[in-house]
Amino acid sequence: MSENVAIIGVGHSKFGDRRDVNVPELAWESIKPALDSANVDQKDIDFFVLGNAGIWSSEAALPALMAEYADLSPKGSMRVEAACATGNAAIRVGYTAIKSGEADVVLILGIEKMRESQNPTVIELIGRFGSFFWEFENFGLTFPGYYALHATAYMVKYGASEEDFARVAVKNHYYGAKNPYAQFQKEVTLEKVMEPKYVAWPFKLFDCSPITDGSAAIILASEEFAKDAENKIWIHSQGVGTGTANLSKREDFTSLESARYAAEIAYKKAGIDVDAPYKYLDGANVHDCFTAPEIMAYEDLRFAKKGGGVKLIRDEQTYIGGLIPVNIDGGLKAKGHPIGATGVSQAVEAYKQLLSQAEPGRQADIEKGRWLAHNVGGTGHYTYVTIYGLEKLKR
Amino acid sequence: MKEVIEKQIKEFGLPVMTDEKSGALQWLDLRELNLRYIISIENIKPFFEGLKEGKLLTTKCKHCGRIFFPPQRDCPSCRISDMEWVELSREGTLETLTVIFVKPPSFGSYDPYTVAIAKLDDGPRITAWLKGDPRKAKPGMRVRLEISKREKEGYMMYELVPVE
Ligand SMILES: [Zn+2]
Repeated sequence: MSENVAIIGVGHSKFGDRRDVNVPELAWESIKPALDSANVDQKDIDFFVLGNAGIWSSEAALPALMAEYADLSPKGSMRVEAACATGNAAIRVGYTAIKSGEADVVLILGIEKMRESQNPTVIELIGRFGSFFWEFENFGLTFPGYYALHATAYMVKYGASEEDFARVAVKNHYYGAKNPYAQFQKEVTLEKVMEPKYVAWPFKLFDCSPITDGSAAIILASEEFAKDAENKIWIHSQGVGTGTANLSKREDFTSLESARYAAEIAYKKAGIDVDAPYKYLDGANVHDCFTAPEIMAYEDLRFAKKGGGVKLIRDEQTYIGGLIPVNIDGGLKAKGHPIGATGVSQAVEAYKQLLSQAEPGRQADIEKGRWLAHNVGGTGHYTYVTIYGLEKLKR
Repeated sequence: MKEVIEKQIKEFGLPVMTDEKSGALQWLDLRELNLRYIISIENIKPFFEGLKEGKLLTTKCKHCGRIFFPPQRDCPSCRISDMEWVELSREGTLETLTVIFVKPPSFGSYDPYTVAIAKLDDGPRITAWLKGDPRKAKPGMRVRLEISKREKEGYMMYELVPVE
């Protein structure tokens, strides 16, 4: 048993349109630096977890493929799927395996190669991440559509505008431009985001995260194994929530119940005051698959009261120097959103931020020594909230 | 795509192509997958029979009175599978909407369509297409639930219609 679990190494591929590599090559781009930075050998790995939503890419038996390609055979493995929260679900498996004493060192790999399929096929497939029959088959909801239903409700209830949502894209592109691993390393203006190229009203092209290839990896280790690791951070807590498949089964569309639930558990386990969590955190990565959900996340995570999230972005309180910096790696919006890799990429970002290894212009001030990651699968179908810390959790 | 692959094989002897943007060589998969599900509706058959008769039916637990939409066979509260079929209220209030401009290819024959969620007067919420100009629609407005034929595919489905 190990009460505390550490991240002792990380790796991250360049995100984007990666037609220059195949699936195992893309995976290796993050496995190698993860092993190197953790200073471990494949033989030290007890178990490996592979987060991959798949279907749009050719290879299905990914753990076996990676065992073969990366010399991980015959160690135990598992492929995990939780829609867009797949990456954090993979971390969940490794975290609990180490906590229970079943493993000492676990490699977590998140990977998605979405661009092996053509864009219309990907749009067709992602539309099915809700209720297949009652939402997709008969009413053709798309992924932007599910979240657009939330955006509309939020605008009506709290008086937010399309410009308010656009500010999220401007911020995340501002930081994406400083992240060499991001798909879009270019700033955008509010005017550009507001160009009326509607995808699912009220969302326009620049409100949406892109279709991305990418991988990210971390090495998790028990307290005993981690004691000699030079660079490490700790998982302080994790909360996981699940929502209904049909949006019509929910009471409200301005908030995600699974996220509120996951946050409350994560805060409680980490000893964080749920009424002012930002006082305990140096920054956060939230699931901005679209612009409006970042604002909803501010509220679900209690960075702001209900309806107050929009003021945070208007007042630039989620830039570095504000109340709490959010998505200063570019977020899903600018960094890209390779579904299975996203949650692991957030963990890599927590490691880099807490150890002050982020690139110039996007390093937060680390004073409280804690970072939050919020990873949502589907439209609140699953939410994982993970708190990372520079020091072991004081219990 | 099929023509492209045939052309490439003819020209290069392999189904390969250089990606214009990256210059990277790509293999064009020959094993196309055609995916179509066959889904059992046996235990919610009355819903579909009702649609044909112009009725919108759903399940209500005989023991606890809980109404389910979408209809389902089993009541998880009582853990008893003993439902009666009741008619849904045909009026409600619009709660939210979106207009789908970038459509899945399987909806390619339709013009941009409005998807909305309404809360029906007897409790359940329902997701459906909203008829009419979405610019005139606003959450909070009254809507009616109607059954109509899908113009392109010719099958019966329910839709939301603004109450004038
Ligand atoms: Zn019952």
